[in-house]
Amino acid sequence: MVEQAVAEAPDTGVKSGHHGGVERSDAEAVNKKETRSLYQKRIKIYPKMVKGAFRRWKWVIMALTLGVYYLTPWIRWDRGANAPDQAVLIDFPGRRFYFFFIEIWPQEVYYLTGLLILAAIGLFLITSLAGRVWCGYTCPQTVWTDLFIAVEKIFQGDRAARIRLDKAPWGATKIFRKAGTQVAWVIIAICTGGAWVFYFADAPALMGDLLAFQAPPVSYITIGVLAFTTYLLGGFAREQVCTYMCPWPRIQGGLLDEESLVITYNEDRGEPRGARKKDTHPDNLGDCVACNQCVAVCPMGIDIRDGQQLECITCGLCIDACNTVMDKVGLPRNLIEYSTLANVERVRAGEKPRLRLIRPRTLVYSGLIVLVGVIMLFSLITRADLDLSILRDRNPLFVTLSDGSIRNGYTVKIINKQHRERTFRLEIEGLPGAALAVVGSGVTAEALVVGPDNLASYRVFATVPQAALQDSATDVRFRIVDREGGETTNNSVFRGPQ
Amino acid sequence: MADNKEVDHVSGVETTGHEWDGIRELNNPLPRWWLWTFYACCIWAVAYWVVMPAWPLISSHTTGMIGYSSRAQLAKTVEQAREAQSAYLTRIDAASLEEIAGDQELLDFALAGGGSAFAVNCSQCHGRGAAGYVGYPNLNDDDWIWGGDLAAIDQTIHFGIRSDHDETRLNEMPAYGRDEILTREEIDDVAEYVLSLSASGSAAAAAAAARGQEIFAEQCSACHMEDGKGDYELGAPNLTDAIWLYGGEKTAVVESITNSRAGMMPAWTGRLDETTIKQLAIYVHSLGGGE
Repeated sequence: MVEQAVAEAPDTGVKSGHHGGVERSDAEAVNKKETRSLYQKRIKIYPKMVKGAFRRWKWVIMALTLGVYYLTPWIRWDRGANAPDQAVLIDFPGRRFYFFFIEIWPQEVYYLTGLLILAAIGLFLITSLAGRVWCGYTCPQTVWTDLFIAVEKIFQGDRAARIRLDKAPWGATKIFRKAGTQVAWVIIAICTGGAWVFYFADAPALMGDLLAFQAPPVSYITIGVLAFTTYLLGGFAREQVCTYMCPWPRIQGGLLDEESLVITYNEDRGEPRGARKKDTHPDNLGDCVACNQCVAVCPMGIDIRDGQQLECITCGLCIDACNTVMDKVGLPRNLIEYSTLANVERVRAGEKPRLRLIRPRTLVYSGLIVLVGVIMLFSLITRADLDLSILRDRNPLFVTLSDGSIRNGYTVKIINKQHRERTFRLEIEGLPGAALAVVGSGVTAEALVVGPDNLASYRVFATVPQAALQDSATDVRFRIVDREGGETTNNSVFRGPQ
Repeated sequence: MADNKEVDHVSGVETTGHEWDGIRELNNPLPRWWLWTFYACCIWAVAYWVVMPAWPLISSHTTGMIGYSSRAQLAKTVEQAREAQSAYLTRIDAASLEEIAGDQELLDFALAGGGSAFAVNCSQCHGRGAAGYVGYPNLNDDDWIWGGDLAAIDQTIHFGIRSDHDETRLNEMPAYGRDEILTREEIDDVAEYVLSLSASGSAAAAAAAARGQEIFAEQCSACHMEDGKGDYELGAPNLTDAIWLYGGEKTAVVESITNSRAGMMPAWTGRLDETTIKQLAIYVHSLGGGE
């Protein structure tokens, strides 16, 4: 690596050097506060590949998150004969959301709301503890950009080679390398959009349809749109998404405090920076050897030595780069490290650095997570698989029959969330002498049938002798009883003349 | 303009030359993405003029290259809806009323179709909930003048009551008072008797009711029957039940005997197609009083 960089130097205009056994770079932090202008064209960043603990973490998390995204729709989950066997499925035509053992009806969308609330507070908690780890490791923009940069490296080489290639005149090699990159990006982008649609339909069947060009147009459109945005955001927009488009860097400023972990350059130890001869450490210099490797590897185009910046996604790659150099020059590691602003002050004051994980802020966030989680779990466990709703006729409010008795009409809706057909007996309470009749041929209140995982609606008439009514409005309760167990009730009103 | 160009010495940016109380407007360039979006919109607009109907002319408008028209789109949507319904409509056409009522699928379709046809054509008199009004029968109850089974309802909808159709349901109650068939006192007595049939008369008027019974037997029982229960064939209402088309107070009954009543319902055959009338009959029958 080192030798290669030196060899490249003369004809690339990239001033890389080999000084004191350390690879040097003249990489500029293009997004440095002083150099960044709003009206300036974007300066391309050529992040250098680095090796180290954080880079390894990023690979692992990338594999994990991409794996979850691409493979989830293919997991099967047996729900019996009357339901789809896809573990995670958003079934719009059937108006159901399936998530392993959970099945959510449209009116239960508050479970999704709860899940989003949990995710949001979880993000708050993680951010207040460890800073922007979401941005640095798991955000889709970060993961796909990282993937796109890795592909770029395969076709065009590392930082120096890419800069040289961009400056080189067009020729067969350059065309091949550039075109290869684009083709690979497009394929990844299409796969990304392609995986998305599998969440909304039976994945194997849709895959067949897609390949046979017989899938619904909306799936091709969705794939196209997502492929385009993936290609654009991962291949070209990259760090601009985080800096200009994403609200999260602004929001998280309010979630961090001086005890949150952030990537910190230990200025007191590092400054004044300067190059030095191999194995010498002059007293007038700090530990920073001014090799600029931290800048060369930064995908955001900043210099961490300038301090905390909005652009920093805390991916830790500069830590890896610096540690590699520190090891080489025989200085202690962690000149750049995950630390807290409070610890920087503590070290400055001669105290021992410590990590304060338990703070009012983190306690509040954890408490909220537990609270929302318990509420959701409770409601999920106690969730009824049977629901009864009663809609009383409002026009006419009641009907007088020939013999003077009073009749009310109701629309009775029964929701059966079980995957088997159920038969219910309908009863009315609070109205002595009331008779129930169901509209429809051969249907009686004794046997109302509701299909598996379905809703059934019945028109029901309740009739009582006028003498039985005490008031113009009588509170009644409808009850449905399954012969094989299970019942539920709902309240309504029986109206009569004044 | 070119001569007015001046540069703000603080920001180093050119100004527009506009000045308000010493504050000068900087002429910063537009953001690139905004500019490109603006250009794209311009191109889009021009293309839209060509592709879509856009410009009004004296008596028409430019039709655009693809010939889009929202009117045609609506017609197509309606056509698609008709097509989707056609399978059911054909089956309803072929089936008898009893067959429709016995087939849950057809019944559901007919109830929905009948309901909307009722809202458009019938609710003006019978009310949106079919509960009627004084003089307009309540179709929810179990009291029928001309019969409440499917066939009778179907017949009534087809030909109406006292309509201008040849096969209309028709009867005429004499105006006993206006035509001086009965005296005021006699009418009063008959009214008391009629009210006593449904046990809504007063005990004090028992003597009058007894006198009225004789007159009823003489004048009214031919249509309303001896027991006052009326007759579907003749369209004579049942006077013994709790339901009164024109009100159950004595004044209303006296008014009915004195001047007669003759409500009118139009014939719907010829105005609505057979399938719609079938669905209407099914719907009315389902409202709660169908026999």
